[in-house]
Parts: sequence; C-alpha cells; structure tokens
Amino acid sequence: MPTMPAGTLYRGKVGMWSWVLHRITGVAIFFFLLVHVLDTALVRLSPEAYNAVISTYKTPLIGLAELGLVAAILFHALNGLRIILIDFWRKGVKYQNLMFWIVIAIALIAFIGFAPRHLSHVFG
Amino acid sequence: MSVVIEQPRSPRNRNQANLEKYGWLYMRLSGALLVILIFGHLFTNLFAGEGIKAIDFAFVGGKWSDPFWKVWDLAMLWLALIHGTNGMRTIVNDYTSKENIRKALVWSLWGICAVLVTLGTLVVFTFDPCPAGALPELLPSFCPTA
Ligand code: HEM
Ligand code: HEM
Repeated sequence: MPTMPAGTLYRGKVGMWSWVLHRITGVAIFFFLLVHVLDTALVRLSPEAYNAVISTYKTPLIGLAELGLVAAILFHALNGLRIILIDFWRKGVKYQNLMFWIVIAIALIAFIGFAPRHLSHVFG
Repeated sequence: MSVVIEQPRSPRNRNQANLEKYGWLYMRLSGALLVILIFGHLFTNLFAGEGIKAIDFAFVGGKWSDPFWKVWDLAMLWLALIHGTNGMRTIVNDYTSKENIRKALVWSLWGICAVLVTLGTLVVFTFDPCPAGALPELLPSFCPTA
C-alpha cells in the first residue's frame, strides 16, 4: 500500500502553508506599492494635493488596514529570510520547520510592539 | 499549459536557464537588502515620533532635503518594484494556461514597473521642498518666508 510521503519541504504542513502565505502577502504588498508610488508622486503636483490625499488616509479604516500591511510585511520579510536560509545554509532544510515558528514568534513580538502605538496615533 | 515538463534527458537551453537563475538570485539579494530598507522606512514614517499623524508635505520636505533619505528611497523604489514585479511574473507563470494571456500579463507587469520606477525616480530628483506660491504653513520650517 502506498503511504503518504513524509517530510517533503513544500507538500503539506508548514512548508506549504508558509509558501501560500508568502505568495498572498507578496501580492498584497505589490498592489500597495503601486498605489503608494502614485500617492507619493503628488508631492510634485502641490503641497495642497499631497496633503489632501494623505489626510483621506488618516481614518480609522485605513489605520486598521495599515496594521494589516505591517503584519503582511513582517511575515513576508522574515519568511523571506527563512527561504534564503533554506537555500543557502547547509542546515536550512533540516531546521525549516523550527525557523517557521521563529518567524511567527518574531513577527508577533514586533507586531505587538507596533500595534498599540499605531492605534494610539490613529484613534488618539 | 504554460509549464512544460521536459523530457528528463533532453538538452537544456543554457541562456534561458541562466536568466531564470539570475532572477532567482535577484529575489534573494534584493529581499535581504529590502528587509533593512523597508523596516527603516516603516520605523521613521510609521513608528517614530507622531507616526502616521506626522505625515504631510512638510514631513516629506524635511526628509528629502537630506541626500541620505533620497538615496534610501531610490534604492527601495528600484529594488522593491523589480522584486515585486518579478514575483508577480512567477505567479502569472504558475496560474495562466493560455500562452498569449500569460505573455500579455507579463508584459503589462514590466510595463507598469517601468512607468512607476521612472515616475518615482523623477519625483525624487525633481522634488522642491519650497515650491514658489505655496501656502507657507504647508512647507517645511526651513523654507524662506516671502
Ligand atoms: C503605512 C506605511 C507607510 C507609510 C506611512 C509610508 C510613507 C511614505 C512617505 C511619507 C514617503 C515620502 C518620502 C519619505 O518620507 O521617505 C514614502 C516614500 C516611499 N515609500 Fe513609503 N510608506 C509606507 C510603507 C511603505 C512600504 C511597505 C514600502 C515598500 C514596499 C514603501 C516604499 C516607498 C518608496 C519606494 C518610496 C519612494 C517613492 C518615490 O520615490 O516616489 N513604503 N513613503
Ligand atoms: C522585506 C523584504 C523582502 C524579503 C526578504 C523578500 C523575500 C522574498 C523571497 C526570498 C521570495 C521567494 C522567491 C522564490 O521563491 O524564488 C519572494 C517572493 C516574492 N516577493 Fe518578496 N521579499 C521582500 C519584500 C517584498 C516586497 C516589498 C514585495 C512587493 C512589492 C514582494 C513581493 C513578492 C512576490 C510577489 C513574490 C513571489 C511569491 C511567489 O512566487 O509565491 N516582496 N520574496
């Protein structure tokens, strides 16, 4: 009887879900960046135009979206480093599972450090 | 099918393989640099001081009167857009099944990338923190008051 292949890097479990998350966060950051370069370009139009658009971002809804953006970047950046270690470090594949949880832990700590401060600016 | 699985022993096209290898390397090199650039950017613009509240024209004027932040932002602009575009290309290659649709999407991605890199670069190089005729209270404090 064929058995499930155990412990492949990208099939099932942490290896696969980290890849799914990496892909989704990459796409989200990409679309953010397209808009972000356009809104920053308004500084060449006039101070009034730039401030007008930026002030429409200073709302609770966008404030919460910014939390999402930071969470996405934290995961994508740290997991990106994990991918680099898997590819270039001799023991990378062996520790990929542990490294995933280290990524999650560091991202969570950074997020917890950031979120209350950001929310106090958004709602304060 | 956009992904063709070759015969195991068929000869490889070396040039194409090298291009993909450089793309793969670029994702890793730019990624490592972007960690520093983006977290530095988020720290100064979203975390330090008043955070998001402080962002306005005068804030940008203050940062872009310092060549350090101009170089920082230019590096981030080029590295992040090319990294993101190349990543999106991989995803398009994975999910499109018709070759002409795949080609159209990949060309659009690089087109958008070229336009935004050019725009962003021009914005940094032509930026004037004290434009004539603007309301003085919107400008950075170092601008001469007329
Ligand atoms: C919500 C979080 C963010 C805020 C509040 C923010 C704010 C700003 C501001 C005020 C500027 C003007 C120049 C400066 O201050 O350095 C700027 C420029 C820029 N930002 Fe952000 N940013 C954010 C997130 C990001 C992220 C995640 C990226 C990268 C993926 C990014 C990439 C850039 C680039 C490339 C420029 C230069 C644009 C140009 O050359 O025209 N920013 N950002
Ligand atoms: C903060 C630092 C970053 C690091 C360390 C990083 C790292 C990586 C790495 C290692 C890959 C994998 C490439 C591969 O599998 O061959 C990747 C893919 C990708 N990245 Fe990033 N990246 C960063 C920032 C960004 C930014 C700012 C964007 C968007 C503008 C982005 C969008 C993407 C996309 C769309 C992919 C393709 C995902 C896929 O093929 O599933 N990344 N990144």
